[in-house]
Amino acid sequence: MPESVQLKINGVPVRVPLGSTVAAAVLLAGHSAFRRSVSGEGRGPLCCMGICFECRLTIDGQQHVRSCQLLCREGMEITLGE
Amino acid sequence: MTSRIYDVLIIGAGIIGAACAREFARAGLRIAVVEAGFGGATFAGMGHIVVMDDSEPQFALTRYSQQLWRELAPELPPDVEYMPCGTLWIAADDQEMQEVRRKHEFYAARRVPTEIFDPRALYEAEPHLRPGLLGALLVPEDLVIYAPCAARFLLHQAQAYSCDLYLDKVLQVRDHAVILQNRGGLHAGAVINAAGTWAPELTPGLEMRPRKGQLVITDRYPGFVRHQLVELGYLKSAHTLTAESFAFNVQPRITGQLLIGSSRQFGVQTNAVDNHIIAGMLARACHYLPELSRMSAIRTWTGFRAATADKLPVIGKCPGRQHLYLATGHEGLGITTSLATARLLLDQFLQRAPAIPAEPYLPNRVMETAHA
Repeated sequence: MPESVQLKINGVPVRVPLGSTVAAAVLLAGHSAFRRSVSGEGRGPLCCMGICFECRLTIDGQQHVRSCQLLCREGMEITLGE
Repeated sequence: MTSRIYDVLIIGAGIIGAACAREFARAGLRIAVVEAGFGGATFAGMGHIVVMDDSEPQFALTRYSQQLWRELAPELPPDVEYMPCGTLWIAADDQEMQEVRRKHEFYAARRVPTEIFDPRALYEAEPHLRPGLLGALLVPEDLVIYAPCAARFLLHQAQAYSCDLYLDKVLQVRDHAVILQNRGGLHAGAVINAAGTWAPELTPGLEMRPRKGQLVITDRYPGFVRHQLVELGYLKSAHTLTAESFAFNVQPRITGQLLIGSSRQFGVQTNAVDNHIIAGMLARACHYLPELSRMSAIRTWTGFRAATADKLPVIGKCPGRQHLYLATGHEGLGITTSLATARLLLDQFLQRAPAIPAEPYLPNRVMETAHA
């Protein structure tokens, strides 16, 4: 059984421990701005329990997914808001 | 407390009251607007400025008003989110495709440009629609606005001429005055009841029914939908007078948000969200736009349309009253027809000739006939 999974963040391969949330993986990779607000400011996880919606990002082409509520899967493609 | 005298006092600062305030103030009249809480249909509906063809009077009013909106467009501030996106009336079967051709001929005869889309043109215009549709009618001059900000803009324009706004509840309408809950009496030469679904409370005998509507608003998905999309089955839904109906009707907003509708319910008094209606409406929307099912909804609006039996608004002097005018009963077309409503009412007030016949909208037809 693998102890870790590999995913891509903005095209860059990242390996994280099995059971990590996507939010944790993106933070581990050193990103704090997960998306851009309407006025262009960087936004990242605040509550980490699915309430604040600040950690939304695009996963496998699906926009506005709450990254704190999703575990990493092998081969996931994460796109942070430009 | 001094009591100011106004030429015209308008009850309601929704889109109809705001449009009337602007129109009458521009004519040099001193206006007051009384608003009890900014919670009416203007704040719960789509801002679809749409030409309709249910009847000649409905066509005349929607087309006239749409042209007034198009004239006003250069003055609208950005927050009104004016978007000339057009409407696509979508045909899913042969019967609906016949309706596409009928509408095309109807509009062509009245010099409204439209275009018939075959499936190839439809999927090029809206690639996320489900496969198997037969075509659509594009009405390119239809457009979308954000109605609450449009109402605020109209009110601000009125205030720049001469208009006072009172946040208060009207308890009673008398000749030359209204009685307010907090402020007491307010005097005016004439009163316009533009209180939407609350209008009959202030003008007993006015026959209208509240028709509840619910909308789901999504997160921002820019470019997913490019036109206001309405199924032609909408007509079957909107025209029935049964208790409940819904239809596929999706509106793109400049922000990328989608407004998903639409539903119609009679006999419901509370503004709570009805989950079975929302579920039915969303299922219908996902049937046409399958990818919607993976998107996020962020809020739900509910509200009440002021519905008359003949589906035409009530615009004009109240029978049996010298100084009371009515501007209500617009059901789902108040945003569209607000500007024309205000213009027709001012024409009557000043005894000018209107640009379109005003008779179909006069109030006598919806007043209880106790006096007849």
